[in-house]
Order: sequence, then C-alpha cells, then structure tokens
Amino acid sequence: MSEETTLLEIRHLRKDYGNGAVLEDISLELKKGEVLVLIGPSGCGKSTFLRCINGLEPIQSGEILLDGASITDGTAKWSEVRQKIGMVFQSYELFPHMTVMDNILLGPMKVQKRNRKEAEEDACQLLERVGLLDKKDAYPRQLSGGQKQRVAIVRALIMKPEIMLFDEVTAALDPEMVREVLDVMMELAGSGSTMMIVTHEMQFARAAADRVIFLDGGEIVETGTPDEFFDSPKTDRARKFLNTFTFEKK
Amino acid sequence: MQDLGIRVLFMGNNFLRLLGGLWITLKISLLAVALSVVLGTLLGAVMTIKHPVIRAVTRFYLEFIRIMPQLVLLFLVYFGLTKSFGINLSGQVSAVIVFTLWGTAEMGDLVRGALISIPAHQYESGAALGLTKAQIFLYIVIPQTLRRLVPLAINLTTRMIKTTSLIVMIGVVEVLKVAQQIIEANRYTVPDAALWIYGTIFFLYFLACWPISLLASWLEKRWKN
Repeated sequence: MSEETTLLEIRHLRKDYGNGAVLEDISLELKKGEVLVLIGPSGCGKSTFLRCINGLEPIQSGEILLDGASITDGTAKWSEVRQKIGMVFQSYELFPHMTVMDNILLGPMKVQKRNRKEAEEDACQLLERVGLLDKKDAYPRQLSGGQKQRVAIVRALIMKPEIMLFDEVTAALDPEMVREVLDVMMELAGSGSTMMIVTHEMQFARAAADRVIFLDGGEIVETGTPDEFFDSPKTDRARKFLNTFTFEKK
Repeated sequence: MQDLGIRVLFMGNNFLRLLGGLWITLKISLLAVALSVVLGTLLGAVMTIKHPVIRAVTRFYLEFIRIMPQLVLLFLVYFGLTKSFGINLSGQVSAVIVFTLWGTAEMGDLVRGALISIPAHQYESGAALGLTKAQIFLYIVIPQTLRRLVPLAINLTTRMIKTTSLIVMIGVVEVLKVAQQIIEANRYTVPDAALWIYGTIFFLYFLACWPISLLASWLEKRWKN
C-alpha cells in the first residue's frame, strides 16, 4: 500500500444555502488509508461538507477530484461515484420494509449487478465481523439503535468503497450503544480503510484519527495530528472549542 | 308464524332479484374504485409537485369534491348535464363518473399523504448506495408508500360501496331500488316485509364489505413497521 496516493482532493469548495456561505474555500486532500476526523461546533458545516462530497448537496464553486478525476464538472455519474464513496448517516436510514440481509444486498444486486449468492456470502462475512450474523433475517424495527447503525455500516461496506464517510453516526445513539459502533469503526480504521469521520466523540477522534481537521464558521481553522491538535491547539478558536469538553469545579 | 315477512324473500325470484341489484351496486362501485385508484395515484403524484398553480388547481378540485354532497354531484351530472348541455347519460354512467370524481379526489389525497410521509433521508440513503432515481422509487419509495396506502385505500373502497346506495335517487335499479320494488309489490299481503328485506340488504352489504375490511386489517398487521 503506497501511503502517498491521493484518493480525494477538494479544491476551494464553496457551498451556499440561500443566505450566505455555509462552507467557504475548503481545500483538503485525503490519502489512501488515511483516517481524517472533522470536528467543530454544531452548524459549522461539517455534515454539509460530507454531503457535498458524494453529491447529496450541490456545490456553488470549487472542485472535487476522486482518483484524480473531477466529479463535480458535470460529466461524472453520481451513481458510479457513490459506489466508490460509501456513506453512513446519523439516523441509520435502513429501509424499514426489508430485512437486514435485503437492506445490505440492495446495493450490490441492483447497482453492481452482482449475483445474490456471492453477495450474500460477503454480507455474512461482514455481519460476522460486526457481530450481527444472527440478525440477518430480522427487520430494522427489531434492532437496537447500535445494531441498526452497524448494519448501516455493513450496507455501505459491501459496495467495497474506496472511501467511507461517517456523518455523526453515534449522535442519535443511547450512550451505552455508542461504544459498539465506535469499536467497529476503530477496527475499520486499523485495517487500512480510508475514512472521513464527522464526530463529537473527542476521545474516539483522538484514538482513530491520523489527522484532525477543525472546522468553524464554514472554514478550516486548524489541521494537525491528534496529539498536536488536542494537546496544543494553535488557534484560540480550537482552544475554546476543546474547553467546552472539559469540566472544572468552581 | 306463516305471516313472517321473511317468506317474501323466497317468493318468486325475489332473492335472485336482490342479488342482481347487489351486482349492479358492486359493478358501479368497483368500476369507480378501479378508475379512482389509477387516476388518484396520478393525482397524488401531481399533488406533491411544489408549483403554485398546480397546488391551487388540485386543492380546489379536492375541496370542491369533498364539500359537495355526493347526492348533489349525482344530480349535477345526471340532470344538470342533460338540462344545460343536452348530454344524455344513463344513471349508471353518471354514477360511475361521480364516484370516480369523488374517489379520485380522496385517493389522490391518500397517495399524496403516503408519498410525503417517506422521509427525505430514505431517498438520500438510497442515493448514497448509488441507486438511480428510478431504482430509489422502485425499491424504496413505492414499497413503503404501498404499505401505508393499501389499508387506507381499502377503507375508501368500502366507503364507496356503501355510498353507492345514493344512486337510487337518479333511477338506477340497484339493490336498494329492487328492495323497494319488492316491498311495494307486497305492501298488502306482507305488510312487515320491509324489516326483512332491508335486513337482508344490511346483511348483503356486510357480506360485500366485511372481507374487504378483513383484508385491510390483515395487511396492516402484516406490514406493521
């Protein structure tokens, strides 16, 4: 694995919502095997940023390149791009009318036209990996939040994406279920997956990230390794943000 | 005991005549239901379009049909069209037209409601897998919409079947009219026939609608999310 291959490159991305910019002049690179964690206060545009990357939000200017080719110049097919960029949402969004297995197989069978038997073997392996093989015939309503989210991760993984995007995937979970989902993500990070993660779990961010990006007010304020960022943030804004996670008795 | 009105039922071919009347009732309602399902689905899809003119037109149609009593609509189509435009429609055709207009409005509203109840995130998570728009509709939106819609549509069907009893007022000889004829014909010999004949009709309507209601609750249970 060559550490230096750039999978994703974002150049001067700008995103407007009605009145004013949500994201302004964002540029960054994501290398193969890298785990990038985006943190920042609510409403700073980090979720919007992820949604721009796989085309759920149109961008106003700038460019996104995947494997060196632009995916925002209007010629790329989003259906193909999205097979290479998997995404997991905060609210899981499993399809309620399908079993766990059918949820997972929809993409491989309808988008990638793989045959069911072979895709099912893959699905079983992945479910085993996240500890949910015994739930393959269950419906989403029969699962806990943490289980749903692990299924949603499998549903994205089975497409064999080059990059995985995680949009605050533990934010809607009860505290005792956060761990099981983060463990799965840690395992993915450890096995060389390329990931971009938006999260409010600071300890997890520190442990999983190769690089931390701090977004505030629609722009990148600070970038660094987890140790640099968490131990000695360079900017006031980052320091102030990190302080909101520590407590002192007055 | 020989005076019991129920014997009217078995005189001549009275029972068969009642069944014949029921068939007219069912024929008109089911034809109107079938047309309403097709047109209502289209209307419902159109009603989700966020365009002020389309909104205003569909809203007006829906409110007009809902506010107007079905009987007035029947008179408008059956008598009004003939009087004003010289268009001569049979009672049965008028009935199908009116019940289709009504059913389309009600069905359209149900379809619209079911469609907008699918959260935007469901579309997005389908899109994020690389599904095309058509595939998202086919595999994600339509199956979920149907599950919400079918029980409601079935209830609408039973309402339409029951409401067709109004078409007796525009001279269609359906089950209720046949009943009146039988009662009138036996007014002197069997004065209490009315109770028995109308009782039988109650039972016939029940037989027609009950299986449909059962189907609705069975589907509801089966698809409970």
